[in-house]
Amino acid sequence: MGNGTSIGRVRGLGAAHEGPHHWLLQRFTAIGNVVLMSWLLVSLVMLGDFGHGNVAKWLSHPVSATAMILLVVSLFWHARLGLQVLIEDYVHEAGTKFGAIAALNLATIGGGAFGIFSVAALAFGGNA
Amino acid sequence: MNERPLSPHLQVWRWGPHMLVSILHRATGDGMALVGLAVLVWWLGALASGPEAYATFQAVMGSPLGMLVLVGLSWAFFTHLMSGLRHFVLDIGAGYELDTNRLWSVASPIIAIVLTAAFWAVILLR
Repeated sequence: MGNGTSIGRVRGLGAAHEGPHHWLLQRFTAIGNVVLMSWLLVSLVMLGDFGHGNVAKWLSHPVSATAMILLVVSLFWHARLGLQVLIEDYVHEAGTKFGAIAALNLATIGGGAFGIFSVAALAFGGNA
Repeated sequence: MNERPLSPHLQVWRWGPHMLVSILHRATGDGMALVGLAVLVWWLGALASGPEAYATFQAVMGSPLGMLVLVGLSWAFFTHLMSGLRHFVLDIGAGYELDTNRLWSVASPIIAIVLTAAFWAVILLR
């Protein structure tokens, strides 16, 4: 006797009850991305001059800095959810999958933290 | 993994626009997640680090290869945006009629290319 087929092992167990949360968050962050990316693209067009002084002055403004920090959060969150699905779809070996998800968490939380810190440093007038 | 047959059998279906827009959504989304976020974070980090680091960023992204990456990212964004908006419509249960579904599957990537061209036209001609 084996352990049955993969579908036979899960048949009758019902839903995992963690899908809708992921699904909804993907959409909530998508809405955030639409709003905030529209702001970023319009801002880039309005900027015209992409020199350090001009861009730093624009991003130091409280409204720009807040919007950029929110954009970083929304983008990284959305990207983490999307890459998680990519890993779950194509990486089938349990140990490799665990490692890939762990690396994904490190990369997205680390990247997001760096992005937020950079905007904050600029806005609070660090060495820029 | 044992060698049991897996569904779906991708090779038995003729390609249609709905399949193209679906895989484009995944490819552009994951492409932006891997490349686009790296560029964004580099841009923000260079801005915070000062004019010298920012000059390096500008030199690399202003080079022909860098511009290709930026144009590619903008195309990926508009493509993902249009197929994402299509997903919002599908999420409320609309747009599944065969003709309607085909229409927006074809229209989404085309509108995205038009938006990409329009964005760069505004940036470069301003």
